[in-house]
Amino acid sequence: MTAALTPRNVVIAVLMLLLAAVPVYAAVTANTFLVTLFTRVIILGMAATSLNLILGYGGMVSFGHAVYLGIGGYAVGILAQEGASSGFVQWPVAILVSALFALLVGALSLRTRGVYFIMITLAFAQLVYYFGVGLDRYGADDGLTIGRRSQFAGLLNLSDRTQFYYLCLALLVVTIYLIARLVNSRFGMVIQGARSNDRRMRAIGFPTFRYRLTAFVIAGAICGLAGALLANHTGFISPATMHWTRSGDLIVMVVLGGMASSFGPLIGAVALLSLEEALPVLIRVSASPMFGDAAVRMAEYWQIVLGPLFLLVVLFARGGIDGLLAGVRRG
Amino acid sequence: MADPLLEIEALTKRFGGVIASDAISLCVPKGELHAIIGPNGAGKTTLIGQLAGEIAPDGGRIRFEGRDVTALSVDRRSQLGLARSFQITSLFLDFTALDNVALAVQAHAGHSFRFWRNARREVELRTPARAALARVGLAAREDVIVSNLSHGEHRQLEIAMALATTPRMLLLDEPMAGMGPDESARMVKTLRELKRGLTILLIEHDMEAVFALADRITVLVYGRIIASGPPEAIRANAEVRQAYLGEQEDRHG
Repeated sequence: MTAALTPRNVVIAVLMLLLAAVPVYAAVTANTFLVTLFTRVIILGMAATSLNLILGYGGMVSFGHAVYLGIGGYAVGILAQEGASSGFVQWPVAILVSALFALLVGALSLRTRGVYFIMITLAFAQLVYYFGVGLDRYGADDGLTIGRRSQFAGLLNLSDRTQFYYLCLALLVVTIYLIARLVNSRFGMVIQGARSNDRRMRAIGFPTFRYRLTAFVIAGAICGLAGALLANHTGFISPATMHWTRSGDLIVMVVLGGMASSFGPLIGAVALLSLEEALPVLIRVSASPMFGDAAVRMAEYWQIVLGPLFLLVVLFARGGIDGLLAGVRRG
Repeated sequence: MADPLLEIEALTKRFGGVIASDAISLCVPKGELHAIIGPNGAGKTTLIGQLAGEIAPDGGRIRFEGRDVTALSVDRRSQLGLARSFQITSLFLDFTALDNVALAVQAHAGHSFRFWRNARREVELRTPARAALARVGLAAREDVIVSNLSHGEHRQLEIAMALATTPRMLLLDEPMAGMGPDESARMVKTLRELKRGLTILLIEHDMEAVFALADRITVLVYGRIIASGPPEAIRANAEVRQAYLGEQEDRHG
């Protein structure tokens, strides 16, 4: 594959350069808000990238993917509260517990198809959500404040915004690269084949279940790491992190950015979270000459604009934003 | 008789009150092209489904190379060398023709827990896949996305994929369904070549093709075998003429 100078590659290159430049810009302008916002974008972009492996490439519509954000976050929070603040312990635990949970959910849900699959993944996520709500020792409904960031024996200081930002960006890039390798490997051909026609896959001799389950576990493990990052970012973890609406957000990012595309989920995360920040401001500014103070309240309904935008992308750009850039309509 | 490759013994399948397979017993020796004919609803596709492992029979046995495969899964039977094509085209429509066949090769080239190398650049997958495409006459179409191929090309690709699994036996479910005369003629030619090296169980409505190709023919009506023998015997069989061949005139399919 040669990196041609297509519009899509240019946009992706510019996007990555801009992401790399955010802390520099923030340092020059003394604007820490942008670093905070884009750290979040990157972490959720990583979560969406992991979801894309099973949703975009594998055709498995998991409606409970945010549960791994919660599991990863609680792994950090609970271990921190119990005195184990080393990231060398917390992060592997976050990944491992997420992987084990994915193994359990996948082993049961992947035997079903379509709506049943969606409902089972959703049910498991909600199960953990209510488990979190009942966790009195760890803040229950109100969540758990994480006083101390994950410690990396002095190698990294996660309390330093810039260091943490670049760590997240590096992990995102590694994730995108690994998944790009994965989906083009023999393993990737199997999960894509199973998305396309599972019956035929079995007829030509593939025991597809074990491959799809493996993909499901890999996606969960990566999202668990994203959860550990998110908890470090906000210094807080609560059941709300794994509410089903958060799983919905991740699906929106993947679909909006472009399913089965390497950078699509990141583009989707940038687009969705930027719109979340920008739309209220835009509505307020553009409506205030006409409506005065009422414009502030109108801005609260920014989702009325976001909804139709999303609808347009789904209806007219089946490959999401990435598909528009590539000028290809995926069937 | 040569070694039996496939032995079916009293295979029975019911769907509610309908008996789709009524104690079917059949033996296909190595190297034979055995055709199964019968009116619509005779249970031909149900029989193939049971042989391939997609439908579990209610009774009876299936032996392949002397081994009881009645309880084996679809993918295990494929690994043993029993390959099927589908009556209704069942392909990976969003992949190229070559990718389709390469997947079939990959299925029989060890496990696929290989996460790093680009599968589309593996010579050991691409070369046999190209060879299978060439055998069915699709060599020039390897880079075309399958949804853009014609119906006839889909049928040929179906065969190429079955071939790419290096099978010992092919189960072909109406490979000529919906084909024009030219395409049918080409398919007959392809099947005649395949017949040299492979044992084939063929379900087909195209009588001209069946009588041209088959070594033996079994006639299935309402899930029951009413006759089985060489083409001349079947053509001369009064019961068959009445039950099936005669019905060609007033079809009510």
